[in-house]
Amino acid sequence: MCDIGISSKHLKQLENEAIFVMREVAAQFEKPALLFSGGKDSIVLVHLAKKAFFPCKIPFPLLHIDTGHNFEETLVYRDKLAQTMGCKLIVKLVQESIDTGRCKEECGINASRNKLQTITLLDAIEELKIDAAIGGGRRDEEKARAKERFFSHRDEFGQWDPKNQRPELWHIFNGRKNMGEHFRVFPISNWTELDVWLYIYKEQIPLPDIYFTHRRKVFRRNGTLLAYAPFMTLAPHEKIIEEDVRCRTIGDITCTGLTVSKANALPEIVKEVAASRISERGAREDDKRSEAAMEDRKKEGYF
Amino acid sequence: MTQNLPTIGLLRFTTAGSVDDGKSTLIGRLLYDSKSIYEDQLESITTTSLRKGNEAVDLSLLTDGLRAEREQGITIDVAYRYFSTPLRKFIIADTPGHIQYTRNMVTGASTADVAVILIDARKGVLEQTIRHAYIAALLNMKHVIFCVNKMDLKAYAQSVFDTIKKDLEKLAERLLLKSVHTIPISAKYGDNVVRASAKMTWYKHSPLLKVLETLRIAYDYSKPHMRFPVQYVLRADNDLHRDYRAYAGTIAGGRICQGQKVTVLPQNLNTHIKRIEVFGQKVDEAKSGDAVAIILQDDLDVSRGDMIVPAANLPEVSKEFKATICWFNAAPLDTEKRYVFRQNTREMKCFVKTVNYKLNINTLDENYTDKCIEMNAIAEVTIKTAQPAFIDDYNTNPSTGSFIIIDEETNETLAAGMIRK
Repeated sequence: MCDIGISSKHLKQLENEAIFVMREVAAQFEKPALLFSGGKDSIVLVHLAKKAFFPCKIPFPLLHIDTGHNFEETLVYRDKLAQTMGCKLIVKLVQESIDTGRCKEECGINASRNKLQTITLLDAIEELKIDAAIGGGRRDEEKARAKERFFSHRDEFGQWDPKNQRPELWHIFNGRKNMGEHFRVFPISNWTELDVWLYIYKEQIPLPDIYFTHRRKVFRRNGTLLAYAPFMTLAPHEKIIEEDVRCRTIGDITCTGLTVSKANALPEIVKEVAASRISERGAREDDKRSEAAMEDRKKEGYF
Repeated sequence: MTQNLPTIGLLRFTTAGSVDDGKSTLIGRLLYDSKSIYEDQLESITTTSLRKGNEAVDLSLLTDGLRAEREQGITIDVAYRYFSTPLRKFIIADTPGHIQYTRNMVTGASTADVAVILIDARKGVLEQTIRHAYIAALLNMKHVIFCVNKMDLKAYAQSVFDTIKKDLEKLAERLLLKSVHTIPISAKYGDNVVRASAKMTWYKHSPLLKVLETLRIAYDYSKPHMRFPVQYVLRADNDLHRDYRAYAGTIAGGRICQGQKVTVLPQNLNTHIKRIEVFGQKVDEAKSGDAVAIILQDDLDVSRGDMIVPAANLPEVSKEFKATICWFNAAPLDTEKRYVFRQNTREMKCFVKTVNYKLNINTLDENYTDKCIEMNAIAEVTIKTAQPAFIDDYNTNPSTGSFIIIDEETNETLAAGMIRK
């Protein structure tokens, strides 16, 4: 990786570890699914799964919990990826959970469907009898995630009990469980944001266009640059402007902060990430709700 | 710079120290001084520090992740931290020093190469230092770094450090620790953590970060014999791959080569390695840690839990063996009870036939009369398994020499074990 001046020697070890975890999931569980959001972390997961089982097809479906508040580009990318990989894609809509009264839409200016996803996700896990949901969570993302296991046990209500986790030793993963319980599995637990970008660059993994610079209608809220979408309500002082931006992380369009950037190729992005002084989740409004925002959502069954 | 690059790009270390040793502060300092903390994270802990009435930023807040921890000012369980320098990426397994210390440190150390153990300069070598060093030795750490912290409270005096260092040397000798470094530091003020201390010019060696960056973690692939636990069977039958059958897994020691004569256990059948693949690409050889797929010369019935080994160097195959275990559960060990034994990808029933002795982890005395193995106890036991297990000594091969014991009813992980030959 001399060409961008950042060492990537450790990536092989991280890749080996993630592939081991993927294979362990396929071996230990009956109905795993890979939680796919269209974000870079889940894209890397799909790539790792392909490597883990090649030349066989990935032995589990992709599951997308669709809030309906997506960046259009991620949906196009999602459908194309599932097709090229020959993966089954299951889409579950938060809108349906709202329509059937399973959850209630948030109101007000900061309304987000981020929290509602948990209900749709848990319903999907129950309906599809998923016993292991593979996610792209990384321990470097957030304080509560730093305490997460590779194999994270969830009780029959889908809840996480951080104070009473199974000790995880060496690389021996205990995925035994009772009926109705499930596991969340995080193969890239030990990767940092920079590792993910370095890996995407090294492996030349195609990404949705919104990760690269593009001109977009945006507005500033609480210091964060948000993309404008027609269904969003703006406060009187919030003005729509046009900027050259790119996404550093992709969540719901309502809460994904954009980075002003002219980077249009991976080497530039990798350098930008390496030099950044703001954390990735610092651009996520959903984490700013309180100091324990992530911990609280995770306990209830969030990703 | 390229000539002196360390042999690996990723170093995993665990930290041990009791509540007041300043361990969280040390990690916070490593992250802060190596510029691995983002502005928004710093802003968040600065706000909290001020609200709590601290005059300076409390770096320990960086590692205390859960609400209960922040409220009680303690650390629960193992937390993982990441930082990189231009030379290496580091993974820290941060384990708390209070209750359940043994369980947590064993867990943190199981994936680490190096243990960083903190000692309070005011207190010197305590029982808990012995405990921490013992666990580092038990888990076969390649290096142990003792950080004598809070040197600022001892006027940065060389005499204080030298006395403690002598005691540590005696301890290291007793425990047969392989490679030991001792560094006088002040985590609070950053002396000898990332930068060399201006207040302890008498200390002529490297600060902690420099030591971590340059430690040699070279794996001798010729030493442990090749072990390949079969993890998953890959089968395909399409236009590109007719009757494709390969064994996916991660090499657990040694080196595997195309053409190598191997034995499949427990069937005890001989064959050769026909082809080694990494993501469909043929490779001539692969080494410990590599995730590969292996195709055998002969059409044998091989499944998950079987092990492929060199025909010339088989492990011992036995249903009874000795091991050191560390008990993790509130319910004590029951020698009458059947448990699940899990080694690599292999699972079977087992029971603990005898407790040979229990170790007093503070004095390192062996107790042959007290056989009650409760949470955090360490003991040497004899285990009996329902099927033959493949026996390698933990110190020769930590991947195949390690196992866990699982409760069949609650599914909890009850103990960690290290096979002793």
